Amino acid sequence: MEASRFQSLTKEDSFEIQQLFMQIRESFQGRPEELIPVLQKAQKNLGYLPENVLLEIARFTKLSAAAVFGVATFFEQFRFHPIGKHTIRVCRGTACHVRGSHKILDEIETRLHLTPGETSDDRLFTLETVACFGSCALAPVVLVDDSVKGRMNPSETLKTLENIRKENVEP
Amino acid sequence: MDYTSMKAKASREWNFLENLPQPLIQIGMGTCGKAAGAVAVLDAVKRTLKKIHYLGRVMEVGCIGPCYLEPLMAVRKPGRPFIYYGNLTPEKTEEILSRYILEDDPSPRLAACTLGDGSIEGIPKFNELPMIRPQVRIALRNCGLIDPENIDHYIARGGYSGLQRALKLPPEEVIREIKASGLRGRGGAGFPTGLKWEFAAKTLSKTKYIICNADEGDPGAFMDRSLLEGDPHAVLEGLLIGAYAIGSAEGYIYIRAEYPLAIQRIETALERMKTYGLLEKNILGSRFQFQVHIKQGAGAFVCGEETALMASIQGARGMPRSRPPFPAQSGLWEKPTNINNVETFSNVSAILEKGADWYAGFGTEKSRGTKTFSLAGKVQRTGLIEVPMGIKLGEIIEGIGGGGPKGKKLKAVQTGGPSGGCIPMSHRDLPVDYESLAAAGSIMGSGGMVVLDEDTCIPDIARYFLTFTQSESCGKCLPCRLGTKQMLDILEDICEGRGQSEDLELLEALCKTIQKGSLCGLGQTAPNPVLSTLRYFRSEYDAHVRDRKCPAGVCKPLFHYKVDKEKCNGCGVCVRKCQAQAIIGEKKEPHQILQNKCVKCGECYQACKFQAITIH
Repeated sequence: MEASRFQSLTKEDSFEIQQLFMQIRESFQGRPEELIPVLQKAQKNLGYLPENVLLEIARFTKLSAAAVFGVATFFEQFRFHPIGKHTIRVCRGTACHVRGSHKILDEIETRLHLTPGETSDDRLFTLETVACFGSCALAPVVLVDDSVKGRMNPSETLKTLENIRKENVEP
Repeated sequence: MDYTSMKAKASREWNFLENLPQPLIQIGMGTCGKAAGAVAVLDAVKRTLKKIHYLGRVMEVGCIGPCYLEPLMAVRKPGRPFIYYGNLTPEKTEEILSRYILEDDPSPRLAACTLGDGSIEGIPKFNELPMIRPQVRIALRNCGLIDPENIDHYIARGGYSGLQRALKLPPEEVIREIKASGLRGRGGAGFPTGLKWEFAAKTLSKTKYIICNADEGDPGAFMDRSLLEGDPHAVLEGLLIGAYAIGSAEGYIYIRAEYPLAIQRIETALERMKTYGLLEKNILGSRFQFQVHIKQGAGAFVCGEETALMASIQGARGMPRSRPPFPAQSGLWEKPTNINNVETFSNVSAILEKGADWYAGFGTEKSRGTKTFSLAGKVQRTGLIEVPMGIKLGEIIEGIGGGGPKGKKLKAVQTGGPSGGCIPMSHRDLPVDYESLAAAGSIMGSGGMVVLDEDTCIPDIARYFLTFTQSESCGKCLPCRLGTKQMLDILEDICEGRGQSEDLELLEALCKTIQKGSLCGLGQTAPNPVLSTLRYFRSEYDAHVRDRKCPAGVCKPLFHYKVDKEKCNGCGVCVRKCQAQAIIGEKKEPHQILQNKCVKCGECYQACKFQAITIH
């Protein structure tokens, strides 16, 4: 395991974690088959899965830490680092690829100096790729937070990112 | 509630809607509609109605199919057909709506088609559109026409009558009906559904499970998403019929977390079913009982494989296991389990409603019925379509899809996603059915159909799919884990200009080993994109390896852009588009590309109206 792969939480976040486990105990019984939904719930609340939360989930589901880390790292959905304020997801589905999504990705990578999975130093952007959104008819598709933007191109994407940056600079 | 009173209530509501004394406005609010801006259009509709002080009913519907026209709005005045308007903006919406409602001017120039009784001069009918005419909508029968959150709409249009009929038959009769219809699994492999049910039905066990596989993992496929978003009850009714047939009282819907709207639609649908007595105990007054759980997939392509999917429901890593035992004998928690795809279930409810003979009347002898496809890529009319099996490939691409973008030659059609292959356009007469597609080196798959044109590089597409399968390989068996990595390395060499002449033979040999040696379908089919392209597009591989050239201008180390001095009139569009400042030249004089600065992004190539930028 690389040293940087997992990250633990700081003291300020402990309130959030307590709240999370209160909710988890309310809606789950701690059966092993509930592992994936519990991980999903934790990530939904915290934005990512910190190491100590994974260990706590292992205790809750009565599984070994290895089993929990094994499942969490197997699935694409789970993250182990906090994400930026805005998540940019570039769709890498076939239709998007054919219509030039790799060029959009290239452009973001060079401009923001990020590779997929990374977060910018100012914590403003996290770049991710997705296998397919199923909005292929509007390819290429870029997701900015929760809004799906269809028929995109490199310059339009950069403009969107630039606008977000401006919004965050001005009060 | 018994079926008769349920149907009576639903029909009353539907008739009221049909004879609404005010205008009815429908907006396609599927994921694709929203991506194109349907939310802003919906706001514009509401705003406009308020502004012109007019009562009108606004209804959100699913995807009706022609996604290239999104965002779409349909407007119906009392006694007239719906008029569909596409590619809307909020401003256009306001203008069209107020003009039609206040001045009775339907703006025929801006309309796409009409739907329903009657016609309006200057606007073609929906069913006569070139995109729609060849289609037969069975699985998609209600998509885009009903409010997917309103169970009464579904019931009024014949919904749950199939379940009502099934529950009056012994389970064996239901299985016989499905067998007689000739329905085969729509998830890709095409196993006869009736036979699959029979296996699960014959295994004796107190507990049995039925699973709806909605883990649509193929990049380039969105049929299942559209179906669940547009008509969730059609799928759920099929699931209930299947459960009754095999003797199961508990089911799972395994759905991708990437489809939040579809998940929400299923949740709403299940709530409605409970209040209508279509879930839990004494369903439709019978002794049949059933409950459903929703399981959200966490993003792993391999979980489309039955045994991997079940492992993931049990909370483990989604890794397949060897079969036998088959799920019908020992599946989820070692109990007999039956898994079918979303589209299969939607067909099941239609078959029980209208009968096996009716269904078997569509399609070919071995592939009965219809198949949905998501038509995307380099084609004019992209969208969700449903065609009778056996339709010619060319009829789909050129007839329904309207051919490629202007001035571009089509090269191939990719079906079946990472497990499928590329079929060259010269095979336009190929019938689209399970056997013919397999003979052509591809597969039916779940229904992704991506069109490739002359600007698509074939080795790059093969590399693209291998990048996907390699990263999605679960790592359990060696041929898939290391074999796909090796294949990807070779393909990267080819695309980066390091390919050697013996690489192609090595690639072919590897493909055959991986096909034979892999544990599950992911590995067994991973070589298909490579094998099919080596079969039909060998010359493109040769160009990369021997001549170090990428004819399509995709693989960056193997081409450069040049300005054709004869065609360039120095308009300067390319200079403005170039982010790398690699284009220089005086106004109205031929320009020049500085090769050391050019990053080959292709913006100038796309932007030039005079085709003066060429690939070398």
